[in-house]
Amino acid sequence: MDSARPYLAAFSSRFLLMLQYRAAAIAGFATQCWWGGIKVMIYAAFFAAAPAAAAASPMSLTQVITYTWLAQALLALTPWSADPEVALSVRTGSVAYDRLRPVDTYSLWYVRGAAWMASRALPRAALMLLGAGLVLPLIGLSDWAWKPPPTLAAATAFAISLPLALALSSAFLMIVNIIVAATLTDRGINVLFNSLIIVFSGNLLPLALYPDWAQTALLMQPFAGMMDIPLRLYVGQLSGTDALLGLGLQVFWTTVLVLVGRLAMGRVMRRLEVQGG
Amino acid sequence: MNSAALVLRYFSASLRSQLQYPGSAIMLGIGAFLTTIIDMLAAWALFDRFGQVQGWGLGHIAVFYGVVSTSFALTDFFTRGFDVFGNEFVKTGAFDRILLRPRSPALQLVGYEFRLSRFGRLAQALLVLFVGAAVVGVDWTPDKALLLVWTITGGVALFTGLLVLQASFAFWTTESLEVFNVLTYGGIQAAQFPLSLYAGWFRNFLIFVVPLGCVAYYPVLAILGQPDPLGAPDWWLPTAPAMGFLFLAISFLAWRLGIARYTSTGS
Repeated sequence: MDSARPYLAAFSSRFLLMLQYRAAAIAGFATQCWWGGIKVMIYAAFFAAAPAAAAASPMSLTQVITYTWLAQALLALTPWSADPEVALSVRTGSVAYDRLRPVDTYSLWYVRGAAWMASRALPRAALMLLGAGLVLPLIGLSDWAWKPPPTLAAATAFAISLPLALALSSAFLMIVNIIVAATLTDRGINVLFNSLIIVFSGNLLPLALYPDWAQTALLMQPFAGMMDIPLRLYVGQLSGTDALLGLGLQVFWTTVLVLVGRLAMGRVMRRLEVQGG
Repeated sequence: MNSAALVLRYFSASLRSQLQYPGSAIMLGIGAFLTTIIDMLAAWALFDRFGQVQGWGLGHIAVFYGVVSTSFALTDFFTRGFDVFGNEFVKTGAFDRILLRPRSPALQLVGYEFRLSRFGRLAQALLVLFVGAAVVGVDWTPDKALLLVWTITGGVALFTGLLVLQASFAFWTTESLEVFNVLTYGGIQAAQFPLSLYAGWFRNFLIFVVPLGCVAYYPVLAILGQPDPLGAPDWWLPTAPAMGFLFLAISFLAWRLGIARYTSTGS
């Protein structure tokens, strides 16, 4: 257990530090309410307009609405940009300190990144649960609300899948961090990866609503595990063996990305030039 | 030098500095082009699955989106100064220097930067607009073309108003309020769908509070030659973009109030 202590400390210090940014959390919440609200209204219009297509849809409107609120609540759990601390330390040269510490740099950055995303997601998710899960039903809009999972099995699968999503997102964040360390800038890479994440994590549109011919490929790609798979498990759209497949995909992609990340990190660190001054 | 010549001088200086890094400018433009393409992706997938909605098809959405996105792209060229106003001018005290110069602060902020990279967004928006119009079969007569220009001008006024309002809030908050992105980027998202798809209170918000519907939905109906399914009178459809100018005027009132109470941070 002793060997894990520095990483636990790094996690909790970053987590507690980031929780202090309350104004940012409230601003984020307001933004996500707006996007979530628009999306829910649009989906409702589409489902109402084509009853036949709605009945054949792989997700019901209720499921899509809950999915949408959850996706907005957990937005910060996806690796939107390189860890700003890493980007800064590479630019200023303080990355050298991280290299000197008697801990594994990959693991240190990994837990810090995980703490960064988790701490940003937690207050936003709590506010969203309060708003979309509690206030909406109370003011008589329960059709538009964030509903609890339909079965105990769905709740359990979600509870297992959410930490896996964080693990997968952190592993991907490390790839982005390493690219930043290699290229010394986070501008272009953030823009590029943002688009990929918005589309392929299910943030833009639940992946199940894309055309049927694309479904298998959409489920298999790594970004699904960051958001779409846990959310589908929550609303019960993936259940039984499909649920196990979803969890398995998350574990698979996390393993692959960690291995690739470690390999790449070793290479980049060997030829890293420390910026001084 | 008159104001127009001064703004041109500002812009040419900004352009020259950006062209010092031609690779970067081109990449940012291409990046903007590619990333905005995903704006249409969700609408395409939904229409693919559900077919038409209340008689609207993907072509209509493309025209709505194209109009509002063109307006925003044009606004984005010259409003960078207002966008970063809180963090770069109020917080740092740099606004003091602007106040000392014998020109209006708004003019100087317009001249802050002319963002070349926005050509990517503009190109994409115009492409979507005209492809969409071709799909739904818009017959471009001179009066419709004129109406389009008027609509986009109204849209530019509205988005400029939003940016000015965002900057005005910085006089009180000292920081740039990024929540305003909800109304700009989020506004494009909201205005690309016809108002009839929304709940009543949200529709009213888009007509009376932040009149995005007036610079997209109503005039586009007039361009498409369709009556409003919600029953707005026909004379209103082409008149609606004027609301954008009203919004801009109100924003400048807030801006004046802000300047009047401005106290430097002293840094």
